[in-house]
Amino acid sequence: MEKPVNNRAWFLVLPVLVLVAFSAVIPLMTVVNYSVQDTFGNNEFFWNGIGWFKEVLESDRVHAALGRQLLFSAIILAIEIPLGIFIALNMPRRGFWASLCLVLMALPLLIPWNVVGTIWQVFGRVDIGLLGHTLAAIGIDYNYVNDPVDAWATIIVMDVWHWTSLVALLCYAGLQSIPDAYYQAARIDQASRWGVFRFIELPKMSGVLLIAVLLRFMDSFMIYTEPFVVTGGGPGNATTFLSIDLVKMAIGQFDLGPAAAFSLIYFLVILLISWVFYTVMTAQREVP
Amino acid sequence: MARITLDNLAHSYNRHPKDESDFALKPMTLTWRDGGAYALLGSSGCGKTTLLNIISGLVRPSRGRVLFGDRDVTDLPTAVRDIAQVFQFPVVYDTMTVRQNLAFPLKNRGVPADEIARRVEGVARMIGMEETLDRRARGLTADAKQKISLGRGMVRHDVNAILFDEPLTVIDPHMKWELRTQLKALHREFGHTMIYVTHDQTEALTFADEVVVMSEGRVVQAGTPQSLFDKPEHTFVGYFIGSPGMNLLEAEVDGATARVAGATVPLAAPYRLKPGRVQIGVRPDAARLSGGTEGVPFRLERVEDVGHHRILRGRVGDQVFNLLQDEGVPIPEGASRVTLDPARIGVFVDDWRVEPLERAA
Amino acid sequence: MAAARDGRGWGPAIVMTIYLLFLLVPIYWLVNMSFKTNAEITGAVSLWPMNPTLDNYRVILTDPSWYMGYVNSLTYVVMNTVISLAVALPAAYAFSRYRFLGDRHLFFWLLTNRMAPPAVFALPFFQLYSAVGLFDTHVAVALAHCLFNVPLAVWILEGFMSGVPREIDETAYVDGYSFPRFFVRIFMPLIASGIGVAAFFCFMFSWVELLLSRTLTSVNAKPIAATMTRTVSASGLDWGVLAAAGVLTIVPGALVIWFVRNYIAKGFGLGRV
Repeated sequence: MEKPVNNRAWFLVLPVLVLVAFSAVIPLMTVVNYSVQDTFGNNEFFWNGIGWFKEVLESDRVHAALGRQLLFSAIILAIEIPLGIFIALNMPRRGFWASLCLVLMALPLLIPWNVVGTIWQVFGRVDIGLLGHTLAAIGIDYNYVNDPVDAWATIIVMDVWHWTSLVALLCYAGLQSIPDAYYQAARIDQASRWGVFRFIELPKMSGVLLIAVLLRFMDSFMIYTEPFVVTGGGPGNATTFLSIDLVKMAIGQFDLGPAAAFSLIYFLVILLISWVFYTVMTAQREVP
Repeated sequence: MARITLDNLAHSYNRHPKDESDFALKPMTLTWRDGGAYALLGSSGCGKTTLLNIISGLVRPSRGRVLFGDRDVTDLPTAVRDIAQVFQFPVVYDTMTVRQNLAFPLKNRGVPADEIARRVEGVARMIGMEETLDRRARGLTADAKQKISLGRGMVRHDVNAILFDEPLTVIDPHMKWELRTQLKALHREFGHTMIYVTHDQTEALTFADEVVVMSEGRVVQAGTPQSLFDKPEHTFVGYFIGSPGMNLLEAEVDGATARVAGATVPLAAPYRLKPGRVQIGVRPDAARLSGGTEGVPFRLERVEDVGHHRILRGRVGDQVFNLLQDEGVPIPEGASRVTLDPARIGVFVDDWRVEPLERAA
Repeated sequence: MAAARDGRGWGPAIVMTIYLLFLLVPIYWLVNMSFKTNAEITGAVSLWPMNPTLDNYRVILTDPSWYMGYVNSLTYVVMNTVISLAVALPAAYAFSRYRFLGDRHLFFWLLTNRMAPPAVFALPFFQLYSAVGLFDTHVAVALAHCLFNVPLAVWILEGFMSGVPREIDETAYVDGYSFPRFFVRIFMPLIASGIGVAAFFCFMFSWVELLLSRTLTSVNAKPIAATMTRTVSASGLDWGVLAAAGVLTIVPGALVIWFVRNYIAKGFGLGRV
């Protein structure tokens, strides 16, 4: 049914507009302002044009951080999305066990992000952590503080631990909405387990899966707190992702201009990639 | 194809049923002739869908056996029973085209590609969807989707039976009529056993050669539409079939007469009854208004015009009683009694029909 | 187990057991540590506390600089949830019921704010809230978190509201209800589960966020999560207290999940499945 046109609906949107303008537009303007100016201190600014943008775009440091960021997001999407679907398919459908699984699975999602970091920082330590201790005991040389590969592995396992449940719960909600008749029809049509998944479950999950991919991409691309707590971006710069680099630049070094230009480019990259995901995934669903 | 026998079948969704009320299906034995067109009729929750799912193997009965021909299939899974089933809401595979949908059951059974192509074309012609074969199934109308579901059943030549679970619920009224006519045509042409579940008596009576009426988990009668109408075995059948349903009056029966609401009603034959609740039943078109002193006292409350007939609604005592009259027949002034056609009065004890003495002997 | 009964065999039960173990063991390790003394923690690795002690919890619950952190966190989280819902409800109604000038662009622009990295906003927020004198207040953090919670709340609520037939609105207006009265008395009860789900997500994202809440506070409104990081760096390695503080931050989330457990499945579909 077509919605009626009513421009007075703007009054209903007004509070959101004012609030978001205050908490997004004004800060964003500040950022834009900094990004085109330079300063020698004393609150004296002068016009710098696109100088900072050029600097950031040509900076090896930013390129490296962006590369690490893309690799990280790609890896965790490649693990969490299939694993989340797999877990959702294996969850009990109803009853006490279903409730129990839901509650336990949602638990990591509600732990403050720095505590998530702390949990894994402790868990992975060779001296006091179960994981580090066990690995050492079976003779694996594991040290996330000094070894870049171990640091990456720890952060990826941590992210999988932290967020796979979100994907699984979204998919579970999608699966719950499939009427029994679909499964019965598939049995009558002699569909294989793979056929049921490919032609019934996957299409019915595609809507929530889109949400899952977008949320996981956006949030992994912005990740800051958890790796910061575990590795502080190290060893060296091995786990310095975009947000960590940005905060270092803005607050650590107080390079306002480059940091601002960096911020805007960062934001645009997220928007662009999200848009690509959205377009590709919806286009696939809508093909006539 | 084969005859389907339900041997002493019963089902409870409760794993440890205590008494009869725990059973969704009460014990029953029933045979479905090969190639018959059956309707399974009953109100919501009477167990018809459970019965259907037991035949297709989606539900395993708690007791008894299911036989296809002489083969016991009680423990065989759905896939190997070669049953087609069409559900209440259309089930199509959204991401496939119509053609892929129709080919799916054949592909899963490893039928060669050229054979699949041939049969899909054939089925598409049957259900009138040749034009849309290469469209994506998502976004088709509900009746087109339901036709696809039907087509997926028809495309297999080996089916033992095609089961329909209220398949026309979501279909527009005029499409309902057309699809039902198509189903009948398909049945005549291919002779599959068809079992059609519905709660709509018109659907059941127009589709089926034989109607199985269920009530509260029990099969109360199986027979041709005519026999259900003329000789309902159970008050439920009498009431459920026909519009309006059979009139049922509390009565005392003594030999060949019945006493109803203080009046004497002659019966066609003498009865000897077991103790119990006695009712006589008479169809609305087997009763006449009368102005005289004959018949049972009747209070007319309302007259409804339904095309060629008029329904006269009223009461005998405090029991509802309806009459059906041709339009031309006048309603006598001050009519306060109805007379009943003795040949068409049925006698029921505790809801079950009782035969008169002569015929029983 | 239920899984075995629905005819899927024991496979799913085994998969779920392994997955839940994977989720719970690191948390258990934190709980385990919180009941140990520092000497025991650094001494030897043991699967459970040999000399269980409540001292770590006693430290936190008797020291205001610790327990006020919880009060601060809960204060701004609740404020944020209330503010987010209060502004998102009318807006979501507008998006679900009407077309108006620029509606699609506005909706998309709102969603882009959900994609804004907090790191981008940390510094400008700091300057903005300092300028208006809100630095180190609960309101500042609550407002800052609106940046990502309001768009999310509008999105979730719009999904649920679109599931309510428009005839209900029209009937109410015909019956003489004014808009505010209709909205509060009739419409909100209809989307109660949607409001609950939106509140859950607002609570969740505000509770777990640290970057902005730490940047915008110093003493008076400092969140518990920030208290943890600072105390650790200052006092070196008081692992027991750190673990106890961590365990206590998990408790509010666990309580919230327990209360909404029956809506989680539906909630994660965001009203759109």
